[in-house]
Amino acid sequence: MFAALIRWLDERLNLDGLLAPFKHKTVPTHRLSYWYFFGGITLFLFIVQVLTGILLLLYYRPGANEAFESVQYIVTRVQFGWLIRSVHAWSANLMIFTAFVHMFSVLFLKAYRKPRELTWVTGVILLFLVMGFGFSGYLLPWNTLAFFATKVGTEIAGQVPIIGKPIMIFLRGGEEVTGATLSRFFGFHVAVLPGLVTVLIAVHLFLVQRQGISVPPKLEVQWTENPSQRREMKFFPNFMLREMMAWYVAMGVLGALAAIFPWNLGVKADPFVSAPAGIKPEWYFLFMFQTLKLIPSKVWFVDGEVLGVLGCSLAGMLWLLLPFFESDQPARTKAWITGLAIFALVYVIGMSVYGYVAQ
Amino acid sequence: MATLRNKLRPFLRARSAWLAGCVALASCLGYGQAVNSCLDCHSAQPGALEVTPEKFSQDIHAQKGLTCVSCHGGDASSYDPDQAMNRKTGWKGKIDRKQVPQLCASCHSNPAYMRSYNPSLRTDQLDQYHTSMHGKRLAAGDTKVAVCTDCHSVHDLRPPSDPRSTVNPVNVAKTCSRCHSDAAYMKQYGIPTDQFAKYSTSVHHDAMVVRGDLSAPTCTTCHGNHGAAPPGVDKVQNVCATCHAFQAQMYEKSSHNKAFQERSLPGCVVCHSNHGIQLPSDAMLGTGPAGVCMKCHAPGDHCDRARADILANLTQLDRAVKDADRALRLAESSGMEVSEARLSQDQALDSLTKARVTIHSFQTALVDQDVQAGMKIASANLKAGQDAMVERNHRRIGLGVCLIAIAIMLIGLWLYIRKIES
Repeated sequence: MFAALIRWLDERLNLDGLLAPFKHKTVPTHRLSYWYFFGGITLFLFIVQVLTGILLLLYYRPGANEAFESVQYIVTRVQFGWLIRSVHAWSANLMIFTAFVHMFSVLFLKAYRKPRELTWVTGVILLFLVMGFGFSGYLLPWNTLAFFATKVGTEIAGQVPIIGKPIMIFLRGGEEVTGATLSRFFGFHVAVLPGLVTVLIAVHLFLVQRQGISVPPKLEVQWTENPSQRREMKFFPNFMLREMMAWYVAMGVLGALAAIFPWNLGVKADPFVSAPAGIKPEWYFLFMFQTLKLIPSKVWFVDGEVLGVLGCSLAGMLWLLLPFFESDQPARTKAWITGLAIFALVYVIGMSVYGYVAQ
Repeated sequence: MATLRNKLRPFLRARSAWLAGCVALASCLGYGQAVNSCLDCHSAQPGALEVTPEKFSQDIHAQKGLTCVSCHGGDASSYDPDQAMNRKTGWKGKIDRKQVPQLCASCHSNPAYMRSYNPSLRTDQLDQYHTSMHGKRLAAGDTKVAVCTDCHSVHDLRPPSDPRSTVNPVNVAKTCSRCHSDAAYMKQYGIPTDQFAKYSTSVHHDAMVVRGDLSAPTCTTCHGNHGAAPPGVDKVQNVCATCHAFQAQMYEKSSHNKAFQERSLPGCVVCHSNHGIQLPSDAMLGTGPAGVCMKCHAPGDHCDRARADILANLTQLDRAVKDADRALRLAESSGMEVSEARLSQDQALDSLTKARVTIHSFQTALVDQDVQAGMKIASANLKAGQDAMVERNHRRIGLGVCLIAIAIMLIGLWLYIRKIES
């Protein structure tokens, strides 16, 4: 029956020709190969996000008077609603985490070098969009923490000179965080961002497929000098089966987190109460938040917050264009880019931990 | 006084001339201000006669534009003591204590005049004062009793809304205690002087001072302010009822009301005391040291049995609410969503509070009605907490099954990879 169906499709679509690139595709095998799995795990978690997001959409109602109640309904009344919501929330966090891991692994394995600059650029844009997913999705349950986190977050965006205020009003749908902000964020979260991310993932995967998988420079030199040392495995089925194992592990971790630590719903947002003491953003924004907190209110004659926001924006832009700073003689730039990568990793982890423990 | 003034006259004249010179110079320099010779001299006077411009500027009357002359008469524009303090210019000197209420009332009992300053201010203070114990005794010639200035202060009199005012709700008890806690001063009246000490330990004081609730009762809330007098024995419940309305309604219909009236017992005070009222607890219905019922009732009688029933019911509901609370807290700490039950826990607590209020009807059936309503809610909340924990356990079992399935899949994949790669 199944064979007949395959034959039927093959007659019409030429499946062999369609799958030929995958059949010939190989993946380098070396002691650091396991870092290759993180891109796939991030993709798996994105698929989980899409599926659980669609299920949540069946019951979620955007609006200041309904959002919280609808999420409460999902987690208390809808069959397995608690699981879907909890998986969605945990998967979002895990996806951002694995995206960071994937990015740093690419950086340390020097996979961003020519000719893969565009793969890096699309990847970094994807990371920014995924963080945008996190920021917009965080508000949707309309609880107190989300409300004030959005207020603070959009206020920070408003610090950018000239365009900051219009951006803030655009994000909020007015001067203040209201139901209009919620509708807007819902639109970004379920329509704008998924569309952009899907297109960019397609481009990212196309580039990976087109250019093949990168090998660390040292190994590449060794393998070029001595081709007999080259170790590879077939993408399909060998690597694919291993990737499936990684996805199963991710599913297990995700399920365990969702079942043992169901995502808290919190208290419904009340715009008329004061912000809870010591309010902090989600962990993936913590290093930026802490950086802004540490900058003095005035640096020379420039407002500290403005300087911080501009500094973070500039750093993000430079990060995006990082491959283009690598010269044709890798030896000259290798050291400082590796140094920068180590510094960035230590800075992000250090500031996040500092932001978490700071009062 | 006159002899002293004669002796000081040369110095006072010289001082007046110097001050007049200063004022003239200040006027020429453009520093012109209203002249108040009273304050210039009284700033340097010793003891009770000292009134500095700083002190007087704090006074609400000064802030509204009144001067020394408004109460004391005389001519404040003159630096000649003879002219400034001349009976012919209406100078009254020190106001006699007996005249103080009348003097204050000359403005404060004039609605048309007071309207121009504060239309909402009452103007019946003097009439009330005449009905007070203080007013009656003053009329009988006892000048030791409180007059307006004793409570409100003088020359730095602040409105009651000012936290520094002696009659601000937070300060009233202390102001009354200046006389009423002075055993020597109060000796001739033969009344207790421990009211403030008792009040300081009371739940009312705690509400007022510790929690900062300015609506909490202080001396004047129960005794009145300008018409201050002890409430009559049969009127005590009326006083308490101004705040504790539901308790009073229940009590009025109760058998205790009639029994206490027949025995001339002071209603609420019999069980709750007066100045030292403590936070009521269910132990008041018990037979221990905090119990109040058995002070009058005999063990084993009909009322004692009713008391035991009510106490048992209340204890049952109290325990049920606490059990439900514990179950919900446990569920919440496990990450379970029980906010609806948590919300209705407030209703269970309301029922408990209502049952405690209904005690004042002294009818077991009525109390039982409230207790049963609370029990129903508390039981449902307890069940919600327990169900949440059962659900949590189901989730963990489900997770275990899924993890086993995943582990089997992983092993299967691994074996398959080994097979195709061998």
